[in-house]
Amino acid sequence: MSSPQSSSEPVLEVRGLRKYFEVPRSRGGGRVHAVDGVDLTIGTGEVVGLVGESGSGKSTVGKCIVRLLEPSDGEIRLHGQDVSHLPERRLRPLRRQVHMVFQDPYSSLNPRMQIRDVVAEPIRMHGIARGRTARQLVEEMLERVGLPGEMHSRYPHELSGGQRQRVGLARSLVLRPSLLIADEPVSALDVSVQASIINLLLDLQRDLGFSCLFIAHDLATVEFLCNRVAVMYLGRLVEQATREELFKHPRHPYTQSLLSAVPLPDPTLQRQRHRVVLAGDIPSPVNPPPGCRFHTRCPVAELPLCQDSDPQLVDHRRDGHLSACHLVRGDGGAPDVTAPRLATTKIERGADPVHHKA
Amino acid sequence: MTQTMTQPGQPRLEVQDLRVRFDTDEGSVLAVNGVSFTLGAGEVLALVGESGCGKSMTAMATLGLLPPTATRTGSIRLEGEEIGGLGQRELRRIRGREISMIFQEPMTSLNPVFTVGHQIGEVLRRHEGMTRKQARARAVELLDLVRIPAAATRIDEYPHQMSGGMRQRVMIAMAVACNPKVLLADEPTTALDVTIQAQILDIMRDLRQELGTSVVMITHDLGVVADIADRVVVMYAGHVAETGTVDAVFANPQHPYTLGLLGSVPRPDLVLADAQDRLTEIPGVVPTLRQPPTACVFAPRCPRADQTCLARMPELTETAPGQRAACVHPGPAEAEQKEAMRV
Repeated sequence: MSSPQSSSEPVLEVRGLRKYFEVPRSRGGGRVHAVDGVDLTIGTGEVVGLVGESGSGKSTVGKCIVRLLEPSDGEIRLHGQDVSHLPERRLRPLRRQVHMVFQDPYSSLNPRMQIRDVVAEPIRMHGIARGRTARQLVEEMLERVGLPGEMHSRYPHELSGGQRQRVGLARSLVLRPSLLIADEPVSALDVSVQASIINLLLDLQRDLGFSCLFIAHDLATVEFLCNRVAVMYLGRLVEQATREELFKHPRHPYTQSLLSAVPLPDPTLQRQRHRVVLAGDIPSPVNPPPGCRFHTRCPVAELPLCQDSDPQLVDHRRDGHLSACHLVRGDGGAPDVTAPRLATTKIERGADPVHHKA
Repeated sequence: MTQTMTQPGQPRLEVQDLRVRFDTDEGSVLAVNGVSFTLGAGEVLALVGESGCGKSMTAMATLGLLPPTATRTGSIRLEGEEIGGLGQRELRRIRGREISMIFQEPMTSLNPVFTVGHQIGEVLRRHEGMTRKQARARAVELLDLVRIPAAATRIDEYPHQMSGGMRQRVMIAMAVACNPKVLLADEPTTALDVTIQAQILDIMRDLRQELGTSVVMITHDLGVVADIADRVVVMYAGHVAETGTVDAVFANPQHPYTLGLLGSVPRPDLVLADAQDRLTEIPGVVPTLRQPPTACVFAPRCPRADQTCLARMPELTETAPGQRAACVHPGPAEAEQKEAMRV
């Protein structure tokens, strides 16, 4: 995507965001630390990818930003204004600025509305325009997302998954928001349809210039689409860098493992690669491991250091490449978990993943 | 334990001219239209294509798991023995023992009210005539085989107590409990995270090494194909569009549909080299066939389509040793591929 323009004031500034969910006593009690201290800034026209496994808290971050959820702690600033605890009434004007597209285009559209009414709803709600002007805005937006005139009177069930996601994008962008939160917008779609939606998102962002937080588990898509990437693990950011930096020189062992787990669609390259297969599953966010949250699965963890002390997200070389790992050195050098010596280490059969170490 | 009696040169599984038709209120739907493939001992064959191209239906038809509205023709031979015409009773003896299947969503295929140990044991008691005690001991071994930590205690857990990756391992353990000759895996890693996908693919690689299981892997993820498969069958609208070794098909794709699929996914290696700034779109959708095609089924979406494509449905033709494509204008067409990426 096009390079972001430099701007004095970021569109979005998130500081120390936390979101906890209480588990009812009937289900064992406790507290889910879904998001546990996340800092994130998005500049004008910037497309930032937020990646991580299921359960890492990435969707919760998105929902807090659009205030579908109220944060437990921390600040969310939109164009400088703190929205983290604003009451619904005062959030209204801000809802023009931030919109969200959801993963499932089947359940996020009202089945009883024609698609032109779906797209007109935000215009009506915000009292932007009426009558012919409103109709023109809607038609122009639907054309822009590739839905020609004869489709405008259709109902969501008459559309394919890809067409529905186009409607979702039209609805989100019709008010020309400055920030779009896209939560896995293509993962429910077929491969060939994914390609067309990704291309469309690319065009819309270039033409309309909005900033975007692209939440996804598919690293290849994020790499294709985003200027900057933040990697999340168990409620925390573990690494953040520009696309080139992150994919060429990943520092955090988790980022390295994640990248090595994505199979390349090229048999020759794929079979030459040294891969590291992480043991076990992501631990429960009810009881996150002490110290570095990744130490239970980290192939290079150094005990007791990594178990005792919680690493901070540090910009080692002051070049915008941040990582939260004790083993990253002051010059930004980091252990390579995919190095042949480590990567050929297989998970021992029946090994307890909690204490697995290469 | 089932004895493997493959004669050299004889394929484990041989599917010949498989056709599946559904009779619905709105007329017939031709879901699978003359699919043929062979699967050697210890071989991994990938079936790829978009949703609705007939990949899953091919697997279901192979196992005799079609709904009553479906009509199937064609031959399915397991180690030379025809199983296509068998009745449900005989099929039940084969399923799980000679051929077994794993599905995309393990939660819906496991019974929520029984422990995983009970469910694996059931397979063993039924097919292998084991006692409860023997079955339990073997179930622990199997959970260990699919690398479930602390297998001896987790055997008493219920499916809901396990993560998605763990449940998929339980499914694999059940599927290989009787050491089947053929394992049909329908999108086994699609619902899982990449880190868990890597674990499952490793387990499948080991099974093939250790047990010599032949695998038919149904997937839409070309990365998974490149990682684990030996040969690939690209399906479109119930037809085989292209088939060959994975190396040949990826290095030198001949059918425009294969080219389209390969160009539609972001390629990490190309993106960083700035060699891919746009994805290839395949306009339109997979058609629902109601009559045998009189023209190439892919022609309406094909950038190369011309009059000759409308004359008839092309047959699979050899384009290189070990590689066949059903296309009138086969070829890699570098220029066209570049153009599609740049526009």
